[in-house]
Amino acid sequence: MIKGEIKGILAIWYREMKVFLREKSRIVASIVNPVLWLLVFGGGLGSSVSIPGINYQSFIFPGILTQAVLFSSIFFGVYIVWDRKIDFLKEVLVAPISRTSIFIGKVIGGATDSMVQSVILLLIGILFDKIGLISGLHMNVVSVFVALVILFFSTSAFVSVGLIIGSQMESPEGFQLISSFLIFPLFFLSGALFPINNLPMWLAPFNLADPLTYSVDALRNVLLGSSHFSLMFDIGILAGFTALVVVVGTFAFKRMKV
Amino acid sequence: MAIIETEDLTKEYDGLTAVNKLRLKVEEGEIFGLLGPNGAGKSTTLLMLTTLVRPSSGTGKVNGFDIVSQPDHVRKSIGIVFQDPSSDDTLTGYENLKLHGMLYNMPKDLREKRIKEVLKLVDLTDRKDDLVKQYSGGMRRRLELGRGLMHHPKIVFLDEPTLGLDPQSRENIWQYVEKLSKEEKISVIITTHYMDEADKLCDRLAIIDRGAIVAMDSPENLKKIIGGDVINIKIKAPNLAEIKKLDFIKKITEREGFVSLAVINANEHLAQILKMIGNVESVELRSPTLNDVFLHYTGKEIREESAEGGWAERVVNYKTKK
Repeated sequence: MIKGEIKGILAIWYREMKVFLREKSRIVASIVNPVLWLLVFGGGLGSSVSIPGINYQSFIFPGILTQAVLFSSIFFGVYIVWDRKIDFLKEVLVAPISRTSIFIGKVIGGATDSMVQSVILLLIGILFDKIGLISGLHMNVVSVFVALVILFFSTSAFVSVGLIIGSQMESPEGFQLISSFLIFPLFFLSGALFPINNLPMWLAPFNLADPLTYSVDALRNVLLGSSHFSLMFDIGILAGFTALVVVVGTFAFKRMKV
Repeated sequence: MAIIETEDLTKEYDGLTAVNKLRLKVEEGEIFGLLGPNGAGKSTTLLMLTTLVRPSSGTGKVNGFDIVSQPDHVRKSIGIVFQDPSSDDTLTGYENLKLHGMLYNMPKDLREKRIKEVLKLVDLTDRKDDLVKQYSGGMRRRLELGRGLMHHPKIVFLDEPTLGLDPQSRENIWQYVEKLSKEEKISVIITTHYMDEADKLCDRLAIIDRGAIVAMDSPENLKKIIGGDVINIKIKAPNLAEIKKLDFIKKITEREGFVSLAVINANEHLAQILKMIGNVESVELRSPTLNDVFLHYTGKEIREESAEGGWAERVVNYKTKK
């Protein structure tokens, strides 16, 4: 019984990996966009904005990492809508494995995609740091490992969010619409592009309610050595949020129509 | 032993009854057809029997297992070829089969052995490492047919297996279905709105209209209901008074400008009928088809064309959208 479920999770993951490795454009786009943000947006705005003690490009590097993971994770949910458009989803749903396993397999698949992307972006960060394009990043084995742990929680959570949306949607266009309504507020409110220690009264609560805030803050802690909250607090909130959306996602998959 | 048995199986969607108190009994080893026009409730019946949709009321047993309380056992007993393509076209044929084997928890050795066997059965061994993208509609159906058999199911469901395929591919699929029914000794349930398909393949079939069974028997017996051969006559003003008295005429149906007769030994009596009926514009004599049976029971014809477009057409749409 349990063995069958684990094999089922592996099967779903196997498929996602094959597809991911075959669609090279997906990997390239997921790397190029964040680099553009870092170089063009960071470089442009950084020329006239200064954050005390650090150059602006280095300051937004953790935010851009989080953004990249957020976008690719939530967007991953659209593939389930495509599966539904044909009958591939039915082929999976009619297999003798539970919906929970299907959901978990999907989350691991999407998270693996994002982790590959994260590793490449971190390497690019190290490279940029070496050649002096950005400076002041704390990049060592420990900090990179902890950063990957933080990113893993973030991607698991947002892949779940993407899958929850995807499980209820009939059309890819509908998915696109709903997900952009979610992605942009999440991104802008998180403080990925600005420090959060001096926010206006009206903005601060929104910032605190945004789970992405804690991912950005935790990454700043390990990669820049400065943060608003403690690392344990950030990771605690992230882990709690991840657990919550995984549970909600499991329910969403259970009541998903074919 | 009945491999499938349903008792008043019913599905309602927002007050609309898609399937109405269906009573089915399918024997082990037979090819059983569900024949009816689009929207008759065939696919919904199939989705309920395959545990993907919960019935609103009534019960059903597949391979002795209850479709509501024992879905896992039902799922292990069945293989399905869905109406729309259900393979991943970014994977190869082999990878799709491997994925299936993993989903059904097949041990690796058995899985590899079965992949070889089913690839051979559906003649795709040479193309197993090509992406499914590069397959034709017929090849993709064959792959999915082979996949449905991989885990040794007792029953295979085929939902409109030849919808949108060209005539050659259809013949081809029919041959495979007959072959697998014989070689693998499994029961096959087919839904179709093609009467020739039902006629050719099925040992027994149920004619479904508006969610209910209107007739259930072998194609031969169903056609006997018509009572003889069919003569269709195009005529403006038929003189039917005399015709009605003839004892070899079993049934007369009149529609605008047409008269349809069910006649015993039509060959012998055609001349006499034509003499009596008046000024004939054209005449057609043929053996009864399942369409005549359907017409007999429901008063309408099974339309050949699907409103939402064929299976292959949707593959194309899907690909261009993606």
